[in-house]
Order: sequence, then C-alpha cells, then structure tokens
Amino acid sequence: MQLREIVERLKLQVLAGEKALDREVSSGYCSDLISDFIANGAPGCLWLTLQTHMNVVAVALLTGAAGVVFTGGRGIPPEVCRRAEAEGLPLLHTHYHTFEIAGRLYRLLYEK
Amino acid sequence: MKDNIPSLEMAFPVRARDFLAGGDGAARIRRVLQQVGFPPAIIRRVAIAAYEAEMNIVIHSEGGELKAQITPEVITITARDTGPGIPDIELAMQEGYSTAPREIQEMGFGAGMGLPNIRRCADELEIKSAPGQGTTVNIIIYNR
Repeated sequence: MQLREIVERLKLQVLAGEKALDREVSSGYCSDLISDFIANGAPGCLWLTLQTHMNVVAVALLTGAAGVVFTGGRGIPPEVCRRAEAEGLPLLHTHYHTFEIAGRLYRLLYEK
Repeated sequence: MKDNIPSLEMAFPVRARDFLAGGDGAARIRRVLQQVGFPPAIIRRVAIAAYEAEMNIVIHSEGGELKAQITPEVITITARDTGPGIPDIELAMQEGYSTAPREIQEMGFGAGMGLPNIRRCADELEIKSAPGQGTTVNIIIYNR
C-alpha cells in the first residue's frame, strides 16, 4: 500500500517528506530501541516510535524504512524535521498511542 | 561501473556524546556506496555495521575515528577510539548486555544489540580492546 493512502486513512500529520509519499509500505515495526529497529525493521517498513531525536532519521535512512510515525502526540524538534525533509524521508505524527496506531495500520495492510 | 573504481578511503572524526552528528560518518559511507553502485543488500549491511560502530564511539568512548576502505571486492570499516576499553569482549557481544548510562538508554540506545548487529552484518569481525587502552573494531564485508 502506498504511504499516501496510509496517511489519509489513519489521518497522520505529515511533518516532512511530502514528496516521497508515493513509496510502498511493506510492513510496520514498533520499537523505541534504536538497535532493535536496526536488527528487525525490514526495508520498506513503517517505523512506529516514541523516540524523536536526530538519530531516528539517520537509522530510518540506513535501514531503508519507508517512513517514521511518531506516536503519542510528542513534540518533534524542528531540526529533526529539517533533516528528514532534506533527505526526502517521510515523518508522520499522530496523537494515538503506538498500540492504537499499530492496530489500525495492521488492519489496513493485512485485512483487505 | 564499479569494477573500474580505484580503492577509496574515507575517515571521519567521531566525538563522544555528540548525538546530533553521531551517525553522519556512516551516512556518508552509505551515500558513497550508493553513488558507486554497490548492491543495496551490501550497502545496508555496511551502513548498519558502520553506524553501530560509530555510535559505540559516541556512547562509550572519549572520542575516536571511523574509517572506511572501499574496493570493488571488499569493504573494510575500522572504528578506533580512546576510552575505557572493553574488559570482557565475550560478555559485550551477548545480546542484551549493555553498560550504557541510563540517560542514553532513555534515548533508545544501549539495548545491548549494537555489537550483535555488527556481527550479523559482518563477514569478518575483530575487536581489539583492553581496560584503559581504548577499542578498535575491524569489520570486513565482501561484495559477493
């Protein structure tokens, strides 16, 4: 499923990477541990996390994630958004907690 | 064509506790490998190994250097730091073991998965370290 459709159906706010929303999302992965995501996040997956610092952008890029969803309505530092925008990485924001948004994403991806 | 590229060397200083710039070295190495046209699966392994090695310098050392030597056949990543060293390398390689301080763990680092992630990506891995003597991590990944 295209990331753009996920953004629309789950009403995610786009913080960066608007131009890259046509990419395909293969799966999702929920983790707040950086190295756990590196070990287990598949290329093309959407990363749901509470972490909002600069290294989330670096890790999403090096693992080939389709994008990042910041859950729980946390404030995102503007420099994180600027870096992601410069790198063409979609950053998305939701007030839902990780469990809620993961459930909705799972239904979208797998229960067609 | 990547068969025509000469050997390429890159080196980046890595500052201790700099979580803003930490990871930039690995990102630069990744970009060069993309430009030269290495296969995505090889690039991913190199980028992950280099990133984890770089962040280990940021988290655990007093600073160091990340180096990459790239040839069409083999990519060598070397992370060298001055720092406390690793007293028990076998223990440090165990998944879940970490000595990272609490405030760094709260950023999602120090899950005890960095060295295991490097081992998973590397064809060859050598760690030289002793207490008080710093640490050198040497990672070899073949392009095959």
